[in-house]
Amino acid sequence: MAFASRRLGKELSKIHGNLPPGITLVTAEGFEEWLLDVQVLDENPIYMGKLFRLMFRFSKSYPIEPPEVTFVNTTDRPIPMHPHIYSNGIICLDLLSTQGWSPVQNVESVCMSLQSMLTGNTKNERPEGDEQFVASNRRRPRDIDFYYHDNTV
Amino acid sequence: MSSEDEFMSGMSSEEDDMLQGSDNDEGSVDDFGFDEPEPDLGYSQKDDVQAKKKSFDVNFKVFQPKDIQAQQDGLIDEVNMILDIRKEDAAILLRHFRWNKERLIEDYMDRPKKVLEAAGLGPSATGPPKLEIIRGFTCDICCEDEAGLQSFAMKCGHRFCVSCYNQYLSQKIKEEGEAARIQCPSDGCKRIIGARSLDLLVTADLRHRYHELLTRTYVEDKEHFKWCPAPDCENAIECGIKKKDLDKVVPTVACDCKHRFCFGCILADHQPAPCTLVKKWLKKCADDSETANWISANTKECPRCNSTIEKNGGCNHMTCRKCKHEFCWMCMGLWSEHGTSWYNCNRFEERSGSDARDAQAKSRISLERYLHYYNRYANHEQSAKLDKDIYNKTEKKMIQLQSASGMSWIEVQYLNSASQALQTCRQTLKWTYAFAFYLARNNLTEMFEDNQKDLEMAVEALSEMFEKNVTELAEQKLKVEIMDKTTYCNKRRIILLEDTADNLANGVWSWSTDF
Repeated sequence: MAFASRRLGKELSKIHGNLPPGITLVTAEGFEEWLLDVQVLDENPIYMGKLFRLMFRFSKSYPIEPPEVTFVNTTDRPIPMHPHIYSNGIICLDLLSTQGWSPVQNVESVCMSLQSMLTGNTKNERPEGDEQFVASNRRRPRDIDFYYHDNTV
Repeated sequence: MSSEDEFMSGMSSEEDDMLQGSDNDEGSVDDFGFDEPEPDLGYSQKDDVQAKKKSFDVNFKVFQPKDIQAQQDGLIDEVNMILDIRKEDAAILLRHFRWNKERLIEDYMDRPKKVLEAAGLGPSATGPPKLEIIRGFTCDICCEDEAGLQSFAMKCGHRFCVSCYNQYLSQKIKEEGEAARIQCPSDGCKRIIGARSLDLLVTADLRHRYHELLTRTYVEDKEHFKWCPAPDCENAIECGIKKKDLDKVVPTVACDCKHRFCFGCILADHQPAPCTLVKKWLKKCADDSETANWISANTKECPRCNSTIEKNGGCNHMTCRKCKHEFCWMCMGLWSEHGTSWYNCNRFEERSGSDARDAQAKSRISLERYLHYYNRYANHEQSAKLDKDIYNKTEKKMIQLQSASGMSWIEVQYLNSASQALQTCRQTLKWTYAFAFYLARNNLTEMFEDNQKDLEMAVEALSEMFEKNVTELAEQKLKVEIMDKTTYCNKRRIILLEDTADNLANGVWSWSTDF
């Protein structure tokens, strides 16, 4: 864990009170699981007035390996509607796969990417086959081979 | 006993034959040994079929890991000389072009900048890769900034510390199995790490794995190369058969490790059946076989919707759960025609009943036909599985025989040849049944079945010989008999395979289904 915790320690000290608008750190106890809240800043009708909660899970080879990032559902934090976000919170984003990940990325940059992914979205819908995927998926997000068919959304 | 010598000379004449006939576009590969495609079947040269190349044989070559390495190095050297670029870059370019040297050279001559960019080599600077200590450097991966931190950057200028690079590369190599196309760790940078930079950054065991993987990509990238699928075998096979030819030939190749497999689909040798037929047959067997057996013995189909019904009790008045059709279990006729003779059907002459029985009989016949072929196929497969045992027993017998009769090792090799012939012939026989299942009825099929019958009989006769005990085996008369039977088996197999291969190549088989 030494490698990951050293880097996460540095990230944490940089993040404290210094995150871009719309992104707030909720908890970062230890170096295995962090929670952050994200909100869309412009007047996108799909997300207006809503807060979303992100959960980051780090393996011991972070940042060489990508973190596992999902939206989590709480009483006042729904899973955002998006054609690349399944209703169980799993996100289909190239950046978070082993192929698309770069160790230069960090928690902050991932949050910003997700924030802008929501900001730019105009479709109030779930991915195709959402119901079936959510019902049948037992794998961890990083083990799923998403087919990144559409990078425009 | 001189058959061994004769066999050896027979082999070398065939080898010459094959070398002349081999078409190959890689001048440099000629130097590597060419390997005998047939297993040691112990033909004697008197067999005239042996002298010429058989129609069911294909040309191929076996390459050992060091040959593959040498071949790669040869190509890299060539490109290095012709294009006057560094070997490391030549290797990256070749991999980018999937080892198509001609296309690489042509494209490079036309627009070198574009080619370099596409392969991840970007605008080139001079000097070998080196580690550097740079003042005020912060690694973007671990955020380390202490003085004296060793760092490395490729020509793209994205600089990271050595320990992060090491972590990154070991993740890529060990966990993700990548080698030929590892990109710069920086986000969106497509530059590929070359072997020389890599050697600088990782430990020896990782370097070894990296080069192993590089060799793998070479074989996987090349159209005419395939790995031998046998466990623990590291050889690769080159064969010029193209995918589109697979309906005309069954390209069986034999690795140096003795494993015989089809170059088209990597499954174990399935001559004479072509790949598509094999795939279809295996799928059918996975669906049917034992299940079909049970169904045929225990169920009937609904005369209207053909749902399979198992009667597990109750009276003869059936109501199909699917289509609600009401019928009699005994005569399969409409229940409404039964009047009051419930529970004791004695009406067989009514029309609705006989039609239903006809339809059912038809499906029974098709099932029976399948089971006929399947049982024979499975029987030979089972025997093939026992081949290993037979072979081991044979070896033991050979040792006993040597001490019992005072024969020399070379003199008892006839048993080994017999055992091998038995194995190979059974493998062929097995697939003749799958083949026959899909054949339409005509004269050619009859001839095929005659050949099949002859081979079957020859194999059984030879198989019987292995039941004999050692004292009997030591007799000269029996030895001659076994050798005769071995030769006969091999001959029958060759005749059958040549016949089917010729007809396949000429496209004259007619099938009972479409492929």
